[in-house]
Amino acid sequence: MMMKWRGWALATGVLAVSALAQAAPPTAAMLSNACAGCHGTNGGSAGPTMPSLAGQSKEAIEVAMKKFKSGERPGTIMGRLAKGYSEAEVSAMAEFFSKQKLYPTSQPLDKAKIAKGASLQESNCGRCHIEDGKEGKDDTPAMASQWLPYMQMQMADYLSGKRKMPEKMKEKVDPMSKEDLDALLHFYASVK
Amino acid sequence: MTLDRRSFLKLVGAGAAGAASLPLIGQAAELMPKSAKRVVVIGGGYGGTIAAKYIRMMDKSIEVVLIERNDHFVSCPFSNLYIGGILTDLNPLTIKYDKLAANHGVKVVQAEVTAIDAAAKMVTTSKGTIAYDRLVVSPGIDFRLDEMKGYDAAAMEVMPHAWKAGPQTVLLRKQLVDMKDGGTVVVTVPLAPYRCPPGPYERASMIAHYLKANKPKSKVVVLDANPDITSKGGLFKKGWKDNYEGIIDYRPAKKVTEVDAKAMAVMVEGLEEVKGDVINVIPPQRAGQIAVAAGLVGDDKNWCPVNATTFESTKQAGIHVIGDACVAGAMPKSGYSANSEAKICAMNIVALINGKETTELSGINVCYSYITDKDAVSVAGVYTVKEGKIIAVPNSGGVSPADFSATKTEAMYAESWLKNILTEMST
Ligand SMILES: Cc1cc2nc3c(=O)[nH]c(=O)nc-3n(C[C@H](O)[C@H](O)[C@H](O)COP(=O)(O)OP(=O)(O)OC[C@H]3O[C@@H](n4cnc5c(N)ncnc54)[C@H](O)[C@@H]3O)c2cc1C
Repeated sequence: MMMKWRGWALATGVLAVSALAQAAPPTAAMLSNACAGCHGTNGGSAGPTMPSLAGQSKEAIEVAMKKFKSGERPGTIMGRLAKGYSEAEVSAMAEFFSKQKLYPTSQPLDKAKIAKGASLQESNCGRCHIEDGKEGKDDTPAMASQWLPYMQMQMADYLSGKRKMPEKMKEKVDPMSKEDLDALLHFYASVK
Repeated sequence: MTLDRRSFLKLVGAGAAGAASLPLIGQAAELMPKSAKRVVVIGGGYGGTIAAKYIRMMDKSIEVVLIERNDHFVSCPFSNLYIGGILTDLNPLTIKYDKLAANHGVKVVQAEVTAIDAAAKMVTTSKGTIAYDRLVVSPGIDFRLDEMKGYDAAAMEVMPHAWKAGPQTVLLRKQLVDMKDGGTVVVTVPLAPYRCPPGPYERASMIAHYLKANKPKSKVVVLDANPDITSKGGLFKKGWKDNYEGIIDYRPAKKVTEVDAKAMAVMVEGLEEVKGDVINVIPPQRAGQIAVAAGLVGDDKNWCPVNATTFESTKQAGIHVIGDACVAGAMPKSGYSANSEAKICAMNIVALINGKETTELSGINVCYSYITDKDAVSVAGVYTVKEGKIIAVPNSGGVSPADFSATKTEAMYAESWLKNILTEMST
């Protein structure tokens, strides 16, 4: 009911009614700040198993939230939380985080693995994980500077089939060894 | 108003000054003269630190003064893991305030707030008075000791509550370590609402975890005033059955009303006596004393009613109450709720100070409880406002899967929860 009225007010531009002392609907910052308790201020995560959202692509966050909501992507609390937001609210949050500066993690990484990962990245993954993973094609998430433990947990879910790999990714991942994959993750984590 | 005046008089009266020179003293004791718009925040815990930081992040022209009695803060979340011996010290749970000052220009004052004068817009502290344009009160909880006969300051040193983290947490841990094998640990749970609904059951789990590995002939008796486990009930019951059968003895509807520290016993409704070798009394609670003294509590005399958009007190204009102390509808009394409420409150205080439109609440709660050292369960919720009340968004939120398929993963996420929320509070 209320939402409908708001929608109408927004559409017709009749929202200059602060005289009613009515609060405006939640803004992108209002929605997104609530996530920061787990994902860090402005989406820069300090927790190694929790992904940074700062600087992540809008489309990637939108798709992730959609899949959490439907259950297509396995999650623990994210499925439960995603159900609490409309598509428009998710888009607002996704845009908010996409506009934040990439959060440079400092984490222990293996130099040899980084070098090996670097040699594998361009030819195998570079078409979607653009610019050393700083960007992603379509809804491909940015990987640069992401937490290694988080990416390793996701990779384990991919390999076990819990999380479904995109077709193109599967083609590349299937022939690779576990060591190669781990090297790639070390590389992405190292990109600043 | 009368209350403020009285506590103020009491404070000043305790010093050298007489009531005649009161106004003068008030002026002379002004700690930091106000020039810009100023928000004063009481309490450097889960709510207060975040309110202070976010106001500064959103509007650098507002001066923010954070008043906290201690020079550091120890987190209650994860303190049960220390009690269970999984964490060996409290360092990972301890934060300082220096970076809030350095990074955001929050002015941190270490002092005890002894009175709030809502009419004069001024707080009195142990170091002097501080004026404000808006006040945020996030003092956490204090205990309703009149409902727990015999539980005075001395008894707390014998039967720790450990419901405010720090020395009490260390004391409870030490008592468990010193206890003989075959001993009985008693944990008493007050009627809801109290700080952290699942907290007592996580506490029992962690104590049982320690006993199982170290003192296997011992047990934990949980005397719960509530008719059943108040949060994550099914999950705790399964966790206890799988891990602590014969160790945790859960007894619902057992309201402890009296303690006898000498006899190491507690009384259920003044009738049934239960003895223990270690007794963890979690007393009934209410908003932190300063909120009670300032007349911020509602008809129940315990908790502070607030506006569901701005968290402004419905009792006193210009004062906002967040965290455990306030009545936040469906949002539970948790650290994550306090964090979320603080941001909502901060955003709307900035709007109010700048004469802008306020923004409707959107909040989250995420809270993990450990069952063993490697298994955790969670509750999560998204909150909105309907007809002036904070409600959970329908068909969202909930607890972990009942089959414990995610407990190992959730324990890993829980560690990052702590890292992130404490980093938010301290940087
Ligand atoms: C055992 C246990 C486990 C918990 N686990 C979790 C968990 O896993 N997740 C979760 O989300 N929540 C958990 N909680 C709940 C969480 O600790 C509280 O909800 C949270 O601390 C509330 O924040 P607050 O700002 O209201 O109060 P606090 O964080 O307690 O902060 C209040 C601060 O105000 C200061 N203060 C009070 N009065 C004055 C005064 N007059 N002058 C100056 N300073 C003053 C105090 O010293 C304190 O630092 C747990 C609680 C307990 C007891």
